[in-house]
Amino acid sequence: MSETVAIIDYGAGNLRSAEKAFSRAGMETGAIIRVTADAELVRRADRIVLPGVGAFADCMAGLRAVDAMIAVLEEKVARGTTPFLGICVGMQLLARTGREKSETPGLGWIDGVVEAIMPHDPALKVPHMGWNTLAVARPHKLLEGIETGENGLHAYFVHSYHMRVTAEEQVIATTQYGGPITAMVGRDNIAGTQFHPEKSQALGQALISNFLKWRP
Amino acid sequence: MTLKARIIPCLDVKDGRIVKGVNFVDLVDAGDPVEAAIAYDAAGADELCFLDIAASHEGRDTIFDVVARTAEHCFMPVTVGGGIKSNEDIRKLLLSGADKVSINSAAVADPDFVARAADKFGNQCIVVSVDAKRVEDGRWEIFTHGGRKPTGIDAVAFAVGAVERGAGELLVTSMDRDGTRSGFDIELTRAVADAVAVPVIASGGVGTLDHLVEGIKEGHAAAVLAASIFHFGTFTIGEAKAHMAAAGIPMRLD
Repeated sequence: MSETVAIIDYGAGNLRSAEKAFSRAGMETGAIIRVTADAELVRRADRIVLPGVGAFADCMAGLRAVDAMIAVLEEKVARGTTPFLGICVGMQLLARTGREKSETPGLGWIDGVVEAIMPHDPALKVPHMGWNTLAVARPHKLLEGIETGENGLHAYFVHSYHMRVTAEEQVIATTQYGGPITAMVGRDNIAGTQFHPEKSQALGQALISNFLKWRP
Repeated sequence: MTLKARIIPCLDVKDGRIVKGVNFVDLVDAGDPVEAAIAYDAAGADELCFLDIAASHEGRDTIFDVVARTAEHCFMPVTVGGGIKSNEDIRKLLLSGADKVSINSAAVADPDFVARAADKFGNQCIVVSVDAKRVEDGRWEIFTHGGRKPTGIDAVAFAVGAVERGAGELLVTSMDRDGTRSGFDIELTRAVADAVAVPVIASGGVGTLDHLVEGIKEGHAAAVLAASIFHFGTFTIGEAKAHMAAAGIPMRLD
């Protein structure tokens, strides 16, 4: 039977491109992609994706506003084993705390805090916007077969805040922008990318494909 | 690891069709913006920009379909500009599949619109267009209506104000150079880029590959936008990237 992938719709940004990118990658495995705000559909999904665009506090409030959604995520992902991918702010929400505008508690699944990017070189612009490469801190199934490093494939970033991870073993990949920037985090069945795989052409499609086959 | 400079081809779209047509590859339909977008995606463009110049409401609605069909095929960032006046306009474009919107006249008429849009959708998706003409040495003024209407507003001050209100990126177009193929107005680009903390896209006047290099190196832009040199096949995206990389600019070559 085909697997279902729930992309959570909680009013945070553009879901069409995520849906299309996952559908394209899903043609290989026959996965059924559903963009949904229904916690019950998320509960029944085989894989869960949490996208996110905008401010940390607004996104967290948006997620809390969806009836039963956080309870389902806690059950299926934090206490369960359902493969989970957070994208951009959807990755940042995994942190304990977000420090954007105000201090806001996150889901707390990754031991980190989300803070403003402060490049050492003041000439560097914020947001960190555009294409950058990845340095792998520890190998991960989602990066399998993807060329990384200085001469590797590029990922598309657009963010003014980034996660400072306290538990080093939860850092999967970093990039550089006037200092290290957390590019990917993970533990057990939970993964998150600061960059947008749905906008990252070859690297993105390979990562999404890996996610759809991932058996953590 | 270095953030790369970006090349952004821009397609002028009117009533769902490319205004001047695109001739750089064998397209079945040279006027279809989606076909052109797919070709630019395959050619390695770093982002894509649609500028909607529709004259009517009916014409304007066609852009949503163009963006939606592009999003089905292109997994790259897409910016849409032209005629955006309200958060509702922005919401519809984002839901169609745009990643960023470029606000033009509405940001001049009502600067606080930028703040309302950035609050609602996040700074990262709000690009403000700075369309400027040189009025004296070292001073540029914002012009609207395709460069016909002066506003008396200083371009650098306008740019700084737009960023304070939440613009995440600025698209700086020299209305003097636009369409001339004589190169960016480097002084304008640099004056704005050095005055703000957000990335600047240089636009208006590209005729050679060296112009692209100048935009980044001398104009301090993070990205360069061009239309005709790519549409008419004068240069490919690949040639442009190779030329910029050879000039020492970090480029994405995958």
